[in-house]
Amino acid sequence: MIRVVLPQHLRTLAGVDGEVGLDAQERPTKATVLDALEEKYPVLRGTIRDHGTAKRRDFIRFFACGQDITLDREDEQLPDEVASGKEVFRVVAAMAGG
Amino acid sequence: MSGVRLLVGTRKGAFVLTSDGTREDWKVEGPLFAGWEIYHVNGSPADADRLYGSQSTGWHGQVMQRSDDGGKTWNAVGNEFGYQGVPGTHQWYDGTQHPWEFARVWHLEPSLDDPDTVYAGVEDAALFRSTDGGQNWEELSGLRDHPTGAQWQPGAGGLCLHTILINPDDPSRMTIAISAAGAFRTDDGGETWRPINKGLRSRELPDEEREVGHCVHRIAMSPSRPDTLFMQKHWHVMRSDDAGDSWQKVSGNLPSDFGFPIAVHPHEPETVYVVPIESDSEHVPPEGKLRVYRSRTGGNEWEALTNGLPQEHCYVNVLRDAMSVDTLDPGGVYFGTTGGQVYASPDGGDSWTAIVHDFPAVLSVEAQTLS
Repeated sequence: MIRVVLPQHLRTLAGVDGEVGLDAQERPTKATVLDALEEKYPVLRGTIRDHGTAKRRDFIRFFACGQDITLDREDEQLPDEVASGKEVFRVVAAMAGG
Repeated sequence: MSGVRLLVGTRKGAFVLTSDGTREDWKVEGPLFAGWEIYHVNGSPADADRLYGSQSTGWHGQVMQRSDDGGKTWNAVGNEFGYQGVPGTHQWYDGTQHPWEFARVWHLEPSLDDPDTVYAGVEDAALFRSTDGGQNWEELSGLRDHPTGAQWQPGAGGLCLHTILINPDDPSRMTIAISAAGAFRTDDGGETWRPINKGLRSRELPDEEREVGHCVHRIAMSPSRPDTLFMQKHWHVMRSDDAGDSWQKVSGNLPSDFGFPIAVHPHEPETVYVVPIESDSEHVPPEGKLRVYRSRTGGNEWEALTNGLPQEHCYVNVLRDAMSVDTLDPGGVYFGTTGGQVYASPDGGDSWTAIVHDFPAVLSVEAQTLS
């Protein structure tokens, strides 16, 4: 199972309390995990990446194993620890304000 | 028993305020969608329990909400707003061309007779329609495709389509307004549109009377006389008696004719309300006094309504979608402020009471009359 942690607003929108569990994938990438996430929770479509273009929204970042992987290639395989569920795939809404 | 439901959108969520026909005691529910900007919530004239809400943040973009039970429960519906065809460009602040980009839904206007049909005015300015209760949205692209479209430019708040008026005598006639392009009308249900800005003068423009480029802040209409329109422009309060074909200035004795909201009394089509603010650079009430101005003569002659409103040290604003009227007798008038107050007047503006004092900045107020 792939474990995904969402920011608070998206947890509320999706109606989940904690982590989200997705079916295991053979070679998960950012794109395939987000595809599976949006398939399971259609309400999240458009809130992490744009409709149509699938472009990441400006204030969204992705982390895995403590590393910011936001700018990694879309087809780059996620770490084995994320694929196995040992570590989470984290969707982060940028801290902003002041 | 009759009553009123106020749908209040704020910078940090939505609230539902309800009262019986006396409009004295109010039940306050919310925040709904806490932490999100709620530009507008509006109810269907054909089914008071059918509500639509526009929910957005800079982080997560646009979410659309629908309630089928008067706001008790909500479900997210479709949030894909794709411009028809190749979107092209419009004029940017510096005069260059800029691609059309969807930012958010500013205003929702449900059909007069079908709860599943609702119009959405969006930024960058376009008009969308859903006929399936908000699940799918289709642009009425005849508006944005108007030959002047590339000349449209954003106001300070963005290139927003904020006013949608449906003529009850002929629903194929609709009037919309865009900051800062102006007013437009369709007479064929949204297929084709034309600018209706004759008579508007904007001294900010090189050609003060040009066809488009006017910063219209809001237009209001009396359902009993739908071809009479009242407009609060960036500067100037205007009136049209021919569905927008021509406009006349009716600012009269207002202390300032700059402002955002404008509303028409529910039963008196010549009674109009505005909230003047100091200027386009200050956006505060003149003299620190929050005054609604009422004209009973269709403009030009205005009286200050102050009973119950703060008359010193008040520096809030009232935004374009934040004033509404009910249809009870006597008619009620409501508005919300950027300071978080929501005021109610159950007597047509003669007296005002703050229902709440400390909401987040109010973006919109819609009054639903319940039977």
